[in-house]
Parts: sequence; structure tokens; C-alpha cells
Amino acid sequence: MSRFKKKKDSGLPAISTSSLPDIIFMLLFFFMVTTVMRENTTIVKTRLPQASEVQKLEKKSLVSYIYIGEPRNVSLYGTESRIQLNDQFSAVNEIPEFIYSEREARDEVDRKFLTTSLKVDEATKMGVVTDVKQELRKVGAFKINYSTRKKVYK
Amino acid sequence: MARKLPEVNAGSMADIAFLLLVFFLVTTTMDVDTGLIRKLPPPVDPNQKPPDIKERNIMNILVNSRDRLLVNNKEGSLYTLKDEVKDFMSIHPDNLSYPDITIKNIELLGDVPTSKGLVSLKNDRGTSYKMYIQVQNELARAFKELKDELSMEKFGKKYDKLVKEDQINAIDEAIPMRISEAEPQNIGGN
Repeated sequence: MSRFKKKKDSGLPAISTSSLPDIIFMLLFFFMVTTVMRENTTIVKTRLPQASEVQKLEKKSLVSYIYIGEPRNVSLYGTESRIQLNDQFSAVNEIPEFIYSEREARDEVDRKFLTTSLKVDEATKMGVVTDVKQELRKVGAFKINYSTRKKVYK
Repeated sequence: MARKLPEVNAGSMADIAFLLLVFFLVTTTMDVDTGLIRKLPPPVDPNQKPPDIKERNIMNILVNSRDRLLVNNKEGSLYTLKDEVKDFMSIHPDNLSYPDITIKNIELLGDVPTSKGLVSLKNDRGTSYKMYIQVQNELARAFKELKDELSMEKFGKKYDKLVKEDQINAIDEAIPMRISEAEPQNIGGN
């Protein structure tokens, strides 16, 4: 009998898994902290065009977004490209006001670094985009970014 | 003596944490906003006359409402656009069909010949945004290759591998991105 008992003791001791929850929690907190919930829900479709010479947009807090594209709800709003500011459809002449309020929301020091990122659907006609650009020029928001997806040349 | 409470089994704690972790992993979007950064020109004064620029210093690129290109009055294509722009903007001494050249004295580079060429881009209201971005991208590629070449020659590194601020500025000054966008016009109808 004693012969069998001895055999049981040999073998690797089990690795303690008691600290596993802690490790996982650490990972969990990392992701919870870094997750940015999307601020704007888009009501227009923005399938971005591709470009290869892209630059990264630094400092997300200093970027205001303008979305242009076909409304998601086509049966209600039609297929004509619309401009979305904040959470609603807007007309071109509402852009200055939007830019002013965006500026107002930033610190005085940061205001001149404010970039306007245009998230425009690739099927949009340039007419709307040009109108938006003209409005931006009028209010002095000269720094713009044509948001694109990265394309890699083979 | 009160009976000892049985210990709570913490073995499934890891599973719960895993579940939460997976949820956050899935919902996290690490999308970095990338794009073509441009600077718009300030509004023009209607009374001010447009600056006089010599014909040979301008490269005209027109995009019509059917997304077709016209480069210097000849039909162009996206595939050749980059090389055409690059050829136009590079230095051709004593060749009268190319833009004028001025000698600029730039710190770190010394005397560098710089082209006075200007790429003028004009698009119709009916041009698609996709085409516009592609054209802008090709222009950016042309200028980047020119910068790369100069940077290779002067510093032995590609332009985007440069770290020193003054080197980057020197290259930028030697090869400025001279792209002018015409005031919008409505020609082709919408």
C-alpha cells in the first residue's frame, strides 16, 4: 500500500492561479481607461476615401469634426449629401456658428491649434465640400484635415 | 462558538474578469484619425488683382464633373499625374519650357536652386470627393518624392526619417508645396 502512496506525491506542484484574477483585472482596467466611447453618432454614411500620403492627427481634443455624406436613413431624408454638425443635419450657413462654439469650448491658448477634420464620404460631390471650405475660410478655420483611410502601395 | 462561514469560492473570479475584458477588447476602437492635412488660404479681397504669374510657371490641373483630368490642356491620367508634377517641379536649368528657377540661400543647405513652379488645381462642383482626394494624394506624393531626393542628397536620409527640426524646415523651404486651388466655379452643372 505504501508503495502506491509514494507515487502520488511526485510530479509537478500545481501552479497557483490565485493571482490570475488580479492580472486579468489589471488588463481590464487598462482597457477601461483607454477606451474612448465614440462621441458622435453619425447620421450620415461616411465611407472615407483612401490615400497613401497620410499624416496622423495629433491631439484629438483639438479636432472638431464635420461629417458629410448620404443620410443613413435614406427613406426619411433622401440620398442627397448632407452636412452633419454635432448630432444633427445642418445647413452650410450654420458652420461659422459651429466653429465659434467649438472655439469657445477650448482653452484660449489652444484655440489657434484647432483643426477641422472633414469626414466626407467618397461619393460626395465636391460642390458641398467646396461650400464648407469657403465657410471655413470666412471664419478663419484654416487648418483642415481631409480624413482618409490609409492605402498601401504595392 | 459560531460556526465559521464557508469561504466564498473565488475560482470563477477570473472568468468574470475575462468576460468583462473581452467586452472592452471588442468595443475598443483604437482608430487614429489619419488624413491629408492642408491649410486653406485666407479669403481673397475682391478688389485685389490676382498676382501675375508667368504662363510657364503654372501647371494647370482641371478635374471635370465626370472625374476626368485635364493637365496643361491635355487629357491626363491619375497614373501619370505624379510623374508629370514631379517632372514639372524639378529643376531644369536653362530649359524655357519649365518654370523659372531662383537660387535660395537656405541654412544647412547653402545655395539651392528652387523652382518657381505652381500647381494650380481646379475642380468642378460635380467632381467626386474620391477623385479630388486621389488627385491631392498624387500631388502630395510628387512633392514627397522630391523632398526625399533632396533629403537623401543633403542629409543621406529620407525626408520622413529626418528628426532634426531645422533639417526638416530646410527641406520644406527648398521644396515648398506650392499648390493653389482656384476659387470654385460651376461649369459642368451639378
